[in-house]
Amino acid sequence: MNITINGTSRIVNAGPLTPLLHVLREELDVLSPKAGCQQGGCGTCTVLVNGEPRRSCLLPIAAVEGAEVRTVEGLASGGKLTPVQEAWIHHYAAQCGFCTSGFLMAATAYLEKGGSDDHAEIAAALGGHVCRCTGYVKIYDAVAAAARGESFDLATTAAGSRTTIRGVEL
Amino acid sequence: MEDPAVLIPTSVAEAIESFGAGGDIAIIGGGTILVPEIRLGHARPSRALMLHGAGLAGISREGTRTTIGAMTPLSALSSLGEPIAAAVSNIADLEIRGQGTVGGNLCAQNTDAPRGDLQGVLIALGATVRSVGAGGERSEPAETFLPGRADRLVLDVSFDAPAAGAYAYLDRAHTHEYTALAVTAVRTADGTIRLGANGAGPHGLRLPSAEAAAADPSAAGVAALADVQLFDDAIASAWYREKTLPVLVRRALEQLKETA
Ligand SMILES: Cc1cc2nc3c(=O)[nH]c(=O)nc-3n(C[C@H](O)[C@H](O)[C@H](O)COP(=O)(O)OP(=O)(O)OC[C@H]3O[C@@H](n4cnc5c(N)ncnc54)[C@H](O)[C@@H]3O)c2cc1C
Ligand code: FES
Ligand code: FES
Repeated sequence: MNITINGTSRIVNAGPLTPLLHVLREELDVLSPKAGCQQGGCGTCTVLVNGEPRRSCLLPIAAVEGAEVRTVEGLASGGKLTPVQEAWIHHYAAQCGFCTSGFLMAATAYLEKGGSDDHAEIAAALGGHVCRCTGYVKIYDAVAAAARGESFDLATTAAGSRTTIRGVEL
Repeated sequence: MEDPAVLIPTSVAEAIESFGAGGDIAIIGGGTILVPEIRLGHARPSRALMLHGAGLAGISREGTRTTIGAMTPLSALSSLGEPIAAAVSNIADLEIRGQGTVGGNLCAQNTDAPRGDLQGVLIALGATVRSVGAGGERSEPAETFLPGRADRLVLDVSFDAPAAGAYAYLDRAHTHEYTALAVTAVRTADGTIRLGANGAGPHGLRLPSAEAAAADPSAAGVAALADVQLFDDAIASAWYREKTLPVLVRRALEQLKETA
């Protein structure tokens, strides 16, 4: 069976009922979607399937055959983070980071559909995601900032100095 | 664990044939309930029927009649007006509503949590459920379908546009809490009042005694207690449900009056 992950077509050998999450993490080494509750209740496994946010822990792989799947690995391009990723760093929206991948993908879908910086609308889009660290305020701030098109000089935020993670300079 | 044999029909006819008379076969709609249960070994079917490619999704309208295919995602229902819109927007969250289906909601078991929020709504709407299984195709009211739903493959549900609808529910602490109790009130096109409840029995129930007293919302609330089988679960006790059911019946009927 074939699925396209971040623009690259991949062959999958797992059985048809295997959740997409396990295919991504265990077979394809795509590690940004996290295995949290694994029963739909936390959101950290969220990926985009044909542009729509989906819980990868609940999706049998056979149901997404031929689909385009996007994960955090596919967000940055040409060494440049997306605006919402930059906003995440600027606003300190990640603490332990376990929820971040799921939030980023849900926020990406929200913003790609033209989502605004309205708090209630952001809450409706992200309401299925649990964060046990930040208290959500900074996450919502980051999404609202990205919705307003704000940009940041990250050298002056985050750790105060430039770091490179997986080839992307922060 | 032995993996179930997986059938993936590509047409409605093929789905019906694969299901046959049912038996040891798990129907996978959106999979939001069943996929974790199979993965954890709580459900161990020998065969699984995946419906995502069977052509059972979609909403169609003919005159005042609306028909919803079993595989229609919950998110597609928010445009259908009250009481469905209010009930659907209160189910889970954006992602689950995009994946969970109407058929799965109608067939969701109430075993460890009051799931299947559309059941009481469809009862109140007087919806017809079309299903297949042993004995062939059957079309019946939702309240008759629900107690005998084991071993049926739901094809679609249909209903006539109501004159008005209202949905009253116990609010949840988080999107992922289930709705402990909810009441739907509908005024049909001919002026009849119908009431359905969720979280008040093993599946959605109609409230005939409350319907008979509907002219007085408070009396109807008390009367509703004769129609239900209240239970304790992890999110609410039978005692709490007994105290709140009359309130929700009253609120739903008052809300319905306001839309007169
Ligand atoms: C985090 C979370 C929150 C949730 N919150 C709610 C909530 O607030 N309210 C609520 O009602 N539910 C809730 N659910 C439960 C569930 O997502 C919904 O009830 C959903 O509509 C189930 O549909 P599905 O297609 O995913 O079901 P599936 O998992 O595919 O199936 C559920 C059951 O229905 C059967 N089935 C599926 N399709 C058919 C068919 N066409 N014919 C016959 N049988 C069929 C299956 O065999 C299975 O027994 C929640 C789930 C999660 C994970
Ligand atoms: S791991 Fe999928 S929702 Fe928690
Ligand atoms: S940053 Fe730790 S769970 Fe959200």
